Order: sequence, then structure tokens, then C-alpha cells
Amino acid sequence: MQDLGISILFRGSNFIRLLGGLWVTVRISLLAAGLSVPLGILFGLFLNIRNPVTKVIGRIYLDFIRIMPQLVLLFIVFFGATRAFGWNLSNELSAVLVFTLWGTAEMGDLVRGALISIPKQQYESAQALGFDTLQTYRFIIIPQTLRRLIPLTINLVTRMIKTTSLVVLIGIVEMMKVGQQIIDANRFEYPTAALWIYGVIFLLYFFTCWPISRFAKWLERKWN
Amino acid sequence: MGQNILEIVDLVKKYDGETILNGLNLQIRKGEVVVVLGPSGCGKSTLLRCMNALESIQGGQILLEGMRVEKNAKNITLIRQKIGMVFQSYELFPHKTILENITLAPLHVQKRSQSQVQEEACTLLKRVGLSGKENAYPRQLSGGQKQRVAIVRALCMHPEIMLFDEVTAALDPEMVREVLDVILELANEGMTMVIVTHEMQFARAVADRVVFLEGGRIVEESDPETFFTHPSSDRAKAFLQTFEFHKERQNHAEKQST
Repeated sequence: MQDLGISILFRGSNFIRLLGGLWVTVRISLLAAGLSVPLGILFGLFLNIRNPVTKVIGRIYLDFIRIMPQLVLLFIVFFGATRAFGWNLSNELSAVLVFTLWGTAEMGDLVRGALISIPKQQYESAQALGFDTLQTYRFIIIPQTLRRLIPLTINLVTRMIKTTSLVVLIGIVEMMKVGQQIIDANRFEYPTAALWIYGVIFLLYFFTCWPISRFAKWLERKWN
Repeated sequence: MGQNILEIVDLVKKYDGETILNGLNLQIRKGEVVVVLGPSGCGKSTLLRCMNALESIQGGQILLEGMRVEKNAKNITLIRQKIGMVFQSYELFPHKTILENITLAPLHVQKRSQSQVQEEACTLLKRVGLSGKENAYPRQLSGGQKQRVAIVRALCMHPEIMLFDEVTAALDPEMVREVLDVILELANEGMTMVIVTHEMQFARAVADRVVFLEGGRIVEESDPETFFTHPSSDRAKAFLQTFEFHKERQNHAEKQST
């Protein structure tokens, strides 16, 4: 059957399988993002503590995670740490762990930046009006920090979704892997399958990340 | 004019080992308008910031109606409510509307009723010529408008004394007037004020007393007419001369032609 290559999508359960792969991608990223955001906020506050010891610790963690390619981190955790410490981590759990470690570092840096970008005079004018420290943060500082943070956080989440395509290398069958399987299985029947399948994967990634980016844009416009 | 409302006794302020204020004494009576003048770096702004406990002090004391104004004092938020402060760069809250900027502290710090506070805010805005700007955001206003909002924001707390820290220094020249008019009006109503400014004409018009600061101390203190016409210290004379310009070029040309 040598008709349009696109019909490969509708053979058997191919499209459903791709969507299943997408769900694995989304599941890992959402879990990691859901953990990274609160942990990152705590880490960001930790980075802002004016203490040389905590500064060094925060810096080391941040630089270590930043310098290391995510792929290397994945291998260290899944192949290295599990052997060395005898942990029984599934590949998906390892992936969530690595992306959380990475996301926490990135998010922490965003929070740190957002906090120091609030001018000192905002604290002072709040104090001059009689706000105590807690009220100053609640009414003046945190609302302004969040406005700066939300677009950046959403950007981080979309980066995370895209970067999860690496987990195929520790044996997780996510969207890319499902795509490869479909292409391999139909190599002779559908020689143009690669174009169609990867094209569809492109669109699926796009329609996952695009609404999130649009949402960030919308928030930015609403608040500026 | 009534009794002293604010007393500063032997105030010492050091910053990074450098002495900014060096044993400064100043009393401010109720209803009095005191203008603080001095060359840049003489400690004028620091003095104002100390009066509101935005700076820690290293010696002496500041008393507002007998209560110590100190950064770590337990009742400092209560004391600050009695002191209104307006800054050079307005410092409105960018994420709040004009009305919210004004009502935020009365509502959450003083816990006054929303309807009463909003009504007062609108009345005050009208008085400074900003009716209709209630729902605008600070970024939509000009510098002069923002500064008038900042004054209203401080006034809405019903302060006993107002501090103005070079409030026109960041404004375009044509906007200076609208802000100074508001301050003049407040002075006429009997508000107690301490004003740091570089507008000499305004200082002369608004002040009950001029205080000249240099090297962290008060060098001269007198009524504005005396200060501006017959300053007694050499430093004040030199300072006032920096505001005068003479037509030296023309004189030069005349000399050459003769």
C-alpha cells in the first residue's frame, strides 16, 4: 500500500500510542515542575540569606547543576547512584529526581533575581507608612516579585517539557521513543514515515508548550 | 506655634566608619516649617531618614512627642504612622492603582474602614488636582502627578509631621511648581514639616526657620529673611553664592571695548 504517508498515523493504535508517549513526557515534566517550584522558592530565599556559609553552599549547588549537562546528571543518578548506593530507582523516578534537582536550581536563581530586582526604596516607603516587616512582604514585595516571576517560571516549565526528550536515553518510552518504534516497524511499508511521525511529534510538542507560552505572554501584558 | 513635637539631641550617625552627623541638635515645634539647606553630602537626607528611623543611629536620641524614634524600637511602626515621608523618587507601589497606593496603609496598618478611607483619599486627590486618576497606575502618571500622589499617600495616614526629602529634585522644571504649591498649601494649613530642598526661592517662601547644615552639624539657624539676605557664617555665604550668576561675559566685553 503506497498511499500518503500520513495514513500511518491512523494504522492500528499509532496515534493513541504517540499520545501515550506525550503523556509520559508531560507526567515527568509536571511532577518535576510541581516539585521544583516550591523547592526553588525555598532555595531562592536561601540564596538571599546574607551569610557567607549559606552563600557558598548555594553557589556550589547552583553551579554544579548548571555546569553539568542534564544528560550527564541523568546517567549519574540512574546508572551511577543506583549502583553505588544500592537504591532501587525506576528510570521514571530517576528522571523526576534529576529534573527536580535541575528545576530547583534554576527556579532558585529566578527567585533570587526577582527578589533583588525590587528596589530597596520600595521596602523603605512601605516602612515609612508604618508597615511591619511581614506586612511589607505580604502587600508590597511578594506581589511584585510574583509578577516578575510567573512569566519566568512558565518559561522554565516549557524548557523542562522539551528537555525531557532526553529521558529516552535511560530507557523511558516517551513520545520520541514511541515515534521511533512506529517508524522502525513500518520502515518498508512507509518509507516517508519519519517525516510524518516527527512532524506530528513537533506539532504535539508545539501544542503542549504554546498555550503555556501564550499564558505567560498574557500575564506579562496584563501586569505591565 | 506650640511646644516641641520633635527633639533631636546630640545625634550621631556613622556609616562605614565615616561620621555623617556629628552631635546634631534640633527642635521642631508644632506647626513649624523647617527647611534644611546645605551643600550636597552634608547629611541633610541622612538627617531626615534618621527622623523616620530608616537609618540606625550611633549616638544621641530622637524623640517624637517624647517617644524614642529608633529602628529597633518595639513601637516603631506606630511612631512611623505619625511621621509622613515623601521621597525624591516618589516610591509609589507600581502594582497598585493610585487609590490603592493611598488606601493600602490606612486600611491594613491603621485598620480604618474602607468607605471612610476611600472617601478621604478621593477628597485629597481632588485637592491636589488629581480627581479621576483613582484607577490609574503610577506608570501612567507624570513625575509631578506621582509626587502629588505620594504626598496624598502620606497625608492620608494623618501624620503629626511631614518630612520632604528633595521631592522636586527628580522632576522636570515645569512640574516642580505643581508639587511645591501643594506643600505651600499644607504649610498654610499649619502642618508641621521638615523640608530638604534645593529650590531656594521656595525655601524662602515656605520656611519659618532655615537650618544650614555642613559637616554633619548645624552651622547656622535663622529665619529665612535673615538667612537669605544676611547670612552670618562664611560657609552659608559661600553656599548661597553658588546659586547666583553674574553676566561676567558681558562685563568682559564692555571692558575690552573701553
